[in-house]
Formats: sequence, C-alpha cells, structure tokens
Amino acid sequence: MPEITGFAFPNDTHVHWSLMIVMYPYVTGFVAGSFIVTSLYHLFGRQEFRPIARLAMAASFAFLLVASLPLQLHLGHPERGWFVMVTPHFTSAMAGFGILYSGYLAVLILEVWFVWRGAIIERARRSRGAMRELYKLLALYTYDTSGEAIAIDHRAITILAGIGLPMACMLHGYVGFIFGAIKANPWWSTPLMPVIFLLSAAVSGIALLMVLYQARSKLKGKAADPACVAALARQLWFFLILTITLELLEIIMMAYERSEEWLIVSELLSTRLQFSYMTMQMIVGGLIPLILLAIVVLLNRYLHERVRNVLTTSAALLCLLQVFAMRWNIVIGGQLMSKSLRGLRAPYDPDVYGREGVLAAIALFITPFVILYVFDRVLGIDEAPGEAGGHGEAAEAPAR
Amino acid sequence: MDPRAPSVNASGSTPGAPSSDDPSELARRRFLVNVLRLSGGALVMLAGVPGAEGSEPHAAGKGAGEGYDWNEHRYAYLIDTQRCIGCGSCVRACAAENEVPDGFFRTWIERYVVGMEDSHVDSPNGGKDGFPPIQVGFVATKHFFVPKMCNHCKETPCIQVCPVGASYRTRDGVVMVDGERCIGCAYCVQACPYGSRFINPVSHTAEKCTWCYHRITKGLKPACVEVCPTGTRQFGNMKREDDPVRQAIEHDRVAILQGHLLTEPQCFYLNLDREVR
Repeated sequence: MPEITGFAFPNDTHVHWSLMIVMYPYVTGFVAGSFIVTSLYHLFGRQEFRPIARLAMAASFAFLLVASLPLQLHLGHPERGWFVMVTPHFTSAMAGFGILYSGYLAVLILEVWFVWRGAIIERARRSRGAMRELYKLLALYTYDTSGEAIAIDHRAITILAGIGLPMACMLHGYVGFIFGAIKANPWWSTPLMPVIFLLSAAVSGIALLMVLYQARSKLKGKAADPACVAALARQLWFFLILTITLELLEIIMMAYERSEEWLIVSELLSTRLQFSYMTMQMIVGGLIPLILLAIVVLLNRYLHERVRNVLTTSAALLCLLQVFAMRWNIVIGGQLMSKSLRGLRAPYDPDVYGREGVLAAIALFITPFVILYVFDRVLGIDEAPGEAGGHGEAAEAPAR
Repeated sequence: MDPRAPSVNASGSTPGAPSSDDPSELARRRFLVNVLRLSGGALVMLAGVPGAEGSEPHAAGKGAGEGYDWNEHRYAYLIDTQRCIGCGSCVRACAAENEVPDGFFRTWIERYVVGMEDSHVDSPNGGKDGFPPIQVGFVATKHFFVPKMCNHCKETPCIQVCPVGASYRTRDGVVMVDGERCIGCAYCVQACPYGSRFINPVSHTAEKCTWCYHRITKGLKPACVEVCPTGTRQFGNMKREDDPVRQAIEHDRVAILQGHLLTEPQCFYLNLDREVR
C-alpha cells in the first residue's frame, strides 16, 4: 500500500493517538459495562444476575484501577499528567477526566467495601497474625453484623449503585464525547459518538463477564447457572443490536447525505480499514455473534446447557473483538484520514516494544485479571455459602 | 512558586508596585513566605496553577521585546495566493528561525493543479525544497501555490480542548503553547482543522506557528514574511488604521479557510480558489 494516498496536510502524517488511546476506551468500557451488569442486580433487583453481581463489581473495580494507565503511558510528558487533576482547564472535555475518574473510584471503593464487608469480617474472625490485622484494617475495626447494620449496608449499596451507574456511564460516555466533539474530524464529529461508546461499553462489559463467568465455573468445576447465562445472552444481544444499528446509522446517514466527508470516509473504510471495519467490526464481531445470540435467545428452551454455554461464550469472545475493532477504527481510523479531506495517511502499525507498544497494551489488558485474582484470594469474589443469608446484599431482602 | 511570577516584576509590567524597602511590605512578604512554607501542599498546587487566560505573565514570560505593550497591537496575516511562486523560502526561513524538526511544519506551501475534470494537490516536504515539475493525467487549466500556517483563530478549538490550559491566546492575537505546561496529550493536534499543530519529537510537547512572537514584539516581521520575495505574505497590526494589511482586510474581497467551522481565522487570503480547503 502506498504511504499516502491523495493529499494529506504535511503535519498529518503521524498518528499521535496510538494503541494506548485505543486501549483507554476499551478498558473504561469494561468498567462501565461491568457496572451496568452489577447494577442490574444491586439497583434493579434482577435476581438472575445474582451469581455474577459480585464478579461484575470486582471486574469493574479491577479495570478501573488500570484505566488511567494508558493515558499516562501515552502522554508526551507523563510526569505532568497530574496537571489535569490539579489545574484542569474546564473548556476542555479532557479536563473532566480527573473529577469523573476520582469521583467514580471513590463511589466504587465504597460500594465494594459495603458489599464485601461481611466477607471481610468473616475472614478477620477466622485468620491469625498479620492477615488478621490486614482484615481488621479492611473492616475498619467494625465487626457489627447485626440486623440493623446489615440493613444499613443494603441501603448504602443501593444508594451507591444509584450514584455509581450514572457516573460509570458518564466516565465512559465522556470518552465518546472527547471524540464526538472534534469538529475538525468528520469521522469523529457526531453526537452519536458518546451513545455508541456507551452501548459498546455495555457490549464489552457483558461479554467480558460472560467469558469470566464461564472460565470461573470451569476452573471451580461448578456448572454455570443456566438462567444467568441466558439472561446475559439476552442483554448482550440487546446491546449488540443497538450498537451495530447506531454504528451503521452513522455511516448510512453520511453516505445518503452525500456529504463532503463521505468521499474520504468511504475510501477510508474500503481501503485502510477494510479488515478492521468491514471484516472485524461488522461481520466477524457483529453479524456472527448477532446470529449466535439470536439462536440462544430465541431457541433458549430447546438448547442443551453445553450448547448454550458454547454458543454464548463464542459470541462473547467475538463481541470482545468487535468492540476492540470499533475502538481501533474510531481512534486510529480518524487519524488515518487527513484533515485536508483529500487523502489518507500511511497505515498505522503499532510498535511492539516501548511504552505505547503492543506488549505494553497486552500487559495492560492482563493486569486487571491479576488484580481480580488477588481480589479473589484476599476477599473471595463469590458469596460464601454461609454468607448468603447472613449479610451482604443477600436474597432475602433484594437490595432496593 | 509560579516560575513566571518573578519575571513579571522584573519586566516592570506591574507598574506602581510598592518598593521592597517599605517595612510593611517586607513584613507582608515574610508572612506570605511563611504561609507558603507551612502549607507545603499549597506550594505544590501553586506550581501547577497556570496563569489565567490572557493574563500578564504570558506577555512577559515568552520573550516579548523590551517595553512592548501588547494592548497596542492586534495582529493579522494576509496571503495573496496569486503572488506565490512556490520558492519555499518561507518554509526554510521558518525552520531555521524556530528550529522546526525535519518532517514537521509550522508553515508549508501547497501546490494546486486544477483542470475541469480533476485536480491534483501536493506539498512535497511542505514545499521546503521548492516544487519539482509534475505531469498530471488531465488537462490542467490553472495552477497556483497556497501558503498555509496556523490561522491564529479567535475562536480556536485548540485552546478550547487543552486540558491544562497550556494553549492560550495572547492579548495581541497570537495563539501560543506554553511548552513548560503542555503535557503532550495531542488533543489540540486532533482539534486543529488546519493541520497546523504537531508534537515535537524532541520536546514531546505541542508546537505551532507563533508568528515569530519573539520577533514581532521587537518590531520585526515574522521570518516567513521577512524572506518572502514576492510580497505574498504580509503581516499587519489591526490596531493601526493606516496598516496596509488592515486596509486590505477592510476593503478587499478576502477569504478565510474552512469558514464553516466558525473558528474566526486571523489569516486572510486574497484570490483564494474554491479547491483550497
């Protein structure tokens, strides 16, 4: 492929927003998407999501802890990154990051604490020595598990979920806003952008949980709850339909309007992004899981458990690819197009090494799973058998 | 402390400041120093506080000439595309004056070869080495060169999107980047519709045309205007009524680039063709 096709502005030859800026919305998408799933149980009381409500919250937490890393890694001056927090310039969409990120982190830490408070106390009672001190500290030296205290926990969890859900949506919707509000770039500039980002965040979050849940069940040698799997599949199907519809709507409008930018965007999609957009985002990650999930949702009662698990897990894995491809096509695609609207830049190949390279991105993606593992070892992600009736957000009193 | 604060006093841009041998002033200073020492956190915060947009320190801190008053100037740039011969002197002069790294451009020249059926645009190395002859596969009916640069827009998206306020517009109408404040996020590079910003591979901060602020505040012209052999590029002060650039903008038919984006560019073009974006 030639270096530059058509005419690109001389400065428009570099892709400044690299692989890390692709990873950033991908990671925050998991944060928001997982929180949506956990809210379905904690806020809306949907019992079928109970088996994964805690896993979802822990996943949201684990991904949130690394969410600011890709931004830091990408900055030309990472040592000045904290300027965004302490001296935000409020006309910038990016300046909201510090407030949204730290606000949501605070809410999530509180909610995690309330949900796992019972488990922490339980472990504090059982452990010895240094571990006991650690759990005591985590429990904030309060061992109160009386009915009254648990009722307060429930209320706190519901309120925090009520605050957390819009915050999680904003944390991610605003990433879409960062792109959608750039009038210089017609591939980005659309009010649909925050909505598309949010919906695809839901897709990636649900898909991730589906895969995590199946993997955990396999590892623990415990069958996944069929009702939960079916419910997840329904949600995933629903959000995938919405996402693909809006993603298509965006380009169909552009094409039908025969707007000035369509000339270059159509060239972009059919050349530089042919594989990542047409093949990955629309067919492999879009159409195929759409069909697989349709089978699960529409023919649910005829499916053997194993078939359902295989279908939903494969669909979920493909959805994870779809969302990554979508992030890639937005972030990288938008930069491959010169603002001269007369040409495309050279294709972007990310470095392998270096702080914005492929290896760093893989490490970044793996880190939350390590955090999840540690989380599981320290607090135990699933409800302990004895725990269910005793405290936490147990079923007797659906959290409302 | 804000590194720019002392330079404000040094350059005398806060006239009438009480002299330091006033005992009450000394006591107050000591008090303030103590307060700052005691609140270490506040010190850290202050180090990061950018000057308010358009505040005095910017004028003093960025190499403005001695005794220069930015309230007496509002700059504008005029480009007559009919006069440009594509020699590339301006691009070379700019690179030399501002140490622009190879492959990046604070200003550049575009060549348009236009026919009834088709058009061809190029800018080999930004026009720095002039333009080699080309053959096009259609009947060319006109051709011309268009110098480009930062438009120093009044309503510029690059300043709007900067998350730390490192991009700012001086009171005399120049859009600049504070290289000590810039975090290198490149949001401004994405937001500029004209492709006039880039991330400097050496300093890792955003960079752009400053209209040679260090020169114009000493009464000189920007390097590109200085070397232009045909008078294509002209630089003027809108606050002077008899300024030829102001006269041209006021009375001639001038165009701006991408007017539909409402960024209010302060680079004006004479004889601009519809092919130019």
